[in-house]
Amino acid sequence: MTALADAALTLAAETGEEPAGIDLFLPAGYDILWSAVVLVIIAVVFYKAVLPKFQAVLDERTAKIEGGLAKAESAQAEAAAALAEYHQQLQEARTEAAKIREEARAEGSAIVSDLRAKASDDAARIVETAHRQIEAERQQAAVSLRNDVGLLATELASKIVGESLADSARQSRVVDRFLDELEAAGPAAASAAGTGPGTEER
Amino acid sequence: MLLAASESEGGFHAPSIADFFPPAILFEGTIFQIDRIWIIRIVATIVLLTIFVVAARRARLVPGRFQNAIEMMLDFVRVQIVEEIMGKEHAKRFVPMITTIFFAVLAFNLTGIIPGLNMAGTARMGLPFLLALWVLVTYWAVGIKAHGLGGYLKNSLFPPGIPAPIYLIVTPIELLQILIIRPASLAIRLVANMVAGHIMLVLCFAATQYFVFEAVPAMKAFGVLTLAGGLIFTLFELLVAALQAYIFALLASVYLNIALEEEH
Repeated sequence: MTALADAALTLAAETGEEPAGIDLFLPAGYDILWSAVVLVIIAVVFYKAVLPKFQAVLDERTAKIEGGLAKAESAQAEAAAALAEYHQQLQEARTEAAKIREEARAEGSAIVSDLRAKASDDAARIVETAHRQIEAERQQAAVSLRNDVGLLATELASKIVGESLADSARQSRVVDRFLDELEAAGPAAASAAGTGPGTEER
Repeated sequence: MLLAASESEGGFHAPSIADFFPPAILFEGTIFQIDRIWIIRIVATIVLLTIFVVAARRARLVPGRFQNAIEMMLDFVRVQIVEEIMGKEHAKRFVPMITTIFFAVLAFNLTGIIPGLNMAGTARMGLPFLLALWVLVTYWAVGIKAHGLGGYLKNSLFPPGIPAPIYLIVTPIELLQILIIRPASLAIRLVANMVAGHIMLVLCFAATQYFVFEAVPAMKAFGVLTLAGGLIFTLFELLVAALQAYIFALLASVYLNIALEEEH
């Protein structure tokens, strides 16, 4: 085919004739050769340099975008997890605070009741001490009063009777008898003052 | 044609087939013959490769305007042509080939409307012939690799669902298809389009030249009309250049796909 075209062209060149229409579709040898040269150059550059480079860039871009999306997703998941954890911690803290408050309240009321019991004990002890002291003083007063009253009465009686009762034993017996009579005469009045049990006679 | 040639001295220069066989500059008559179309093809090659090599060198993750434009074109070939026809899994193997074919055809087509070059690099048969041969060899190789020689021939030549006697007619036609018609139609369609485009443009501009400078004054107004025609045909040729590149690449993909998937 090409040889034919070549021949036709050479013929055309030799005779100075116009190339025939069919020559348009029958490639000449030199046409094919040089076409092959440029085509091979273009193909080599495209195959070896241009397309791999663009492919690499596109792949890298895809990877970047996918990586970015994955990163965003994981960041979101992380944030959600952190939020959940935070909520949980908050809940725990609230529960613990409530527990502590409850304990404190219980402890406080225990302390209060403890103190109240102690105070009432103290009060009772003070009251009792006071009672005893009063009783002791009353006894003491009664004893000294008995002596004084005896003395005075004796003195008064001796003065009135004019008789000296020198004998102290007799004197004492007289006074005791007198006082016994006095107590026997007014037991109701005497028992009104004596509240403590067993403190009647000392 | 002979008429046009005889009045090429002055007067109206009509386009002729001789335009596609310009006089040799070097090595006349040998296989290394260099002429105007050789220069046009070399210029187109250098420009095409410069653009793409520079684009590839500067390719960054975040594209600029230039890179975006280049990537858009590359994506067009990959997505709209190869993946559309073959599906994503097969497409990967053939994207480099179809991309090379598309941009080579586009670049050589565009030289037809570039002032100073004024001739499509694909307007002479050599380049389209080689491109079509490349497609032919590739789809045979792919078909044989996928189905074995027997399988490929059986798939191609004996389409199922046809009564046996009809194979007498169908089989030779199919054989012609896969041997000659498909590649020849690819190459001839391209050459014919570029030749026709060149003739139309030359006609318009030669007529303008003739009307404005050489015709009688009463005829000069026709120059405006022919100039407008030249402008319109230049734009039309721009469309045709892109369209033919697209068609060539698309049909090459279709033929490859037929060979791959011929499994009836």
